[in-house]
Amino acid sequence: MDHVSATERIVRGGLITLVLIFFLFPIFWILLMSFQTNETILRIPPSLFFEPTLANYTALLTGQLKTTAGNLDILFMRNLGNSVLLSTCAVLLSLLLGVPAAYAFARFRFRLGENIAFTLLSFRFAPPLLVLLPLSLYFKQMHLTDSYVGLIWVYQLICLPLILWIVRGYFEDISPDIEHAYRIAGHSWRQTFIRIAIPLARPGIAAAGLLAFIFAWNNFVFALILASASKQPVTVGALAFVTASGIQYGQIAAAIVLSVTPTLLLALYAQRYLVEGLSLGAVKG
Amino acid sequence: MARLELKGLAKSFKNGAVLDGVSLAADAGEIVVIFGPSGTGKTLLLRLIAGIYDADQGAVFVDGEDMTDVAPDHRGIGMAFQNFALFPHMSAFDNIASPLAARHLAPAAIRDGVERVARLLKIDQVLAHAPRELSNGQKQRTALARALAGAPKLLLLDDPLRNVDAKLRFEMRLELPPLLRQSGSTVLYVTQDYKEAMALADRIAVLIGGRFVQVAPPDEIYRLPETVQVARLFGDPTINLIEVTPHSAGNGVAVTIGNTTVPIGEQYRAAAGSAALLGIRPEAIRIGAVDAGAIAADVVAVTPLNERLVTLLKTADGHELLASQPAGERAAEADSKVGLQFMRDDILLFDRASGQRLKAANGAGAS
Repeated sequence: MDHVSATERIVRGGLITLVLIFFLFPIFWILLMSFQTNETILRIPPSLFFEPTLANYTALLTGQLKTTAGNLDILFMRNLGNSVLLSTCAVLLSLLLGVPAAYAFARFRFRLGENIAFTLLSFRFAPPLLVLLPLSLYFKQMHLTDSYVGLIWVYQLICLPLILWIVRGYFEDISPDIEHAYRIAGHSWRQTFIRIAIPLARPGIAAAGLLAFIFAWNNFVFALILASASKQPVTVGALAFVTASGIQYGQIAAAIVLSVTPTLLLALYAQRYLVEGLSLGAVKG
Repeated sequence: MARLELKGLAKSFKNGAVLDGVSLAADAGEIVVIFGPSGTGKTLLLRLIAGIYDADQGAVFVDGEDMTDVAPDHRGIGMAFQNFALFPHMSAFDNIASPLAARHLAPAAIRDGVERVARLLKIDQVLAHAPRELSNGQKQRTALARALAGAPKLLLLDDPLRNVDAKLRFEMRLELPPLLRQSGSTVLYVTQDYKEAMALADRIAVLIGGRFVQVAPPDEIYRLPETVQVARLFGDPTINLIEVTPHSAGNGVAVTIGNTTVPIGEQYRAAAGSAALLGIRPEAIRIGAVDAGAIAADVVAVTPLNERLVTLLKTADGHELLASQPAGERAAEADSKVGLQFMRDDILLFDRASGQRLKAANGAGAS
């Protein structure tokens, strides 16, 4: 990088700034909005200077939404809890099922293996609405409508293919000889899987788990159709802010800030693994 | 220590058979080098023995016990891989300790075992390091130490010196034989370097085309190769091969090279009149003055090779021959005319069609 000229450096810096502004400005603006009242948000021209208020947050935390038409109960904190519960459980279940499956697809050739793997992947590109109608009928018959179990099950459509295909690649990158060496040293198949394959694929498992978590967190349509307010996550819960007396921009902004925070923190924490996963590349002794 | 027997091992993949009925018996404590050009299934053979793959046919016996249904972790094997296959997330110590830890030994016993083998291989200084912090040579020694640590009945070494530099390879060639003997294991050692094979082996098993072509002690392989292929694989420079048709001459058999009749001894009487290949090692050619009994040749070039001088020669009828002599001897001058003598005892005769060595009639070979 010694031969980069001054102009080149300036142009590069400028372009990077442009990209950063493009992506980060909305988040910044939302953060500002969450500390404003509906009036200051909607004034024209918009201004960076205002008197900050915590009213939006207190409304969310207490569950009391004050509008011109009167007080309204909202379940935002309940929705947030649902999001955490649903996404966490869905990802854990997916990891439990997906990681061994990914290992099997990576290491063994079996009849219809590729077809099964591809079928699982195809869940990712089928539009969810396609399966929702039959699903909602099944769910009614099986009494799974409006239940956490039902939602976590449906979330496997989102999480499982993702984890399966990402982790499979990581397993394939591990030299089989490393596993053979461990087996020959006197360890069982199960010990080899737990002490060699999983630790070596850990960056991939972390990355896949994180992505699956974000996708599950952001899901909207499954919970909208298959659950009622008490079981719905924040994405659906945010609809409550569109009230008869207008749209509560301030509360929506505060709700977004609160609902983005967990995934953001998780991503920051897992960044270490993600980078490690990229830089380690193929795991070679 | 264990006696190893391979009975008719065969394995094929979609694109054809790789091993085609391989049999071998190795005595307890013996070092057998499996030698062959690349792609002949040497590594696959070790994997069949280790139980990583299942053979299509045949079986592996250790001390007379059939290993077919025994899992790799219960075969009592130590193995070093060509690419080292160290566990990247464990320290060198934990790598070496893994065969001992698998037996649930006490931590003190594990420590003793690891340190003993690490001292032998001179890596006791780097035990705390992760594999990525080790030099190639240290990685290779760690891999060997791991294979040796469990004092396995059977030690399988898959070309362990392939990925280390020439200097280290030479050092290890000297260090390994006493180390392997000390281990007391029966050793199968895979290599495609004939010098390594000759340096380490009690016996060499030459694997070509999925079969053992010859299994014999190193000097026998060198002196009396079963086939032309084996003869060419051993020796540097490679053996000289000349197409000849032996004919009766007086009370013996001779071949004609250029205008010179070279007697090859009456033990080859049966070969008279057949299409044959005469094999002569470069060091069995003496370069001397032009005279009646000698093969006339022109000196094309002289070049040093590993403390020897190699001379490229051209006979009157166009055969190019290589002769090699100790570097101290007086070299022939380029472009001079010389006479060549083949050392009679070192002449080998092969069938031209099959490549098989023609056995002398008295059964004792050419010697």
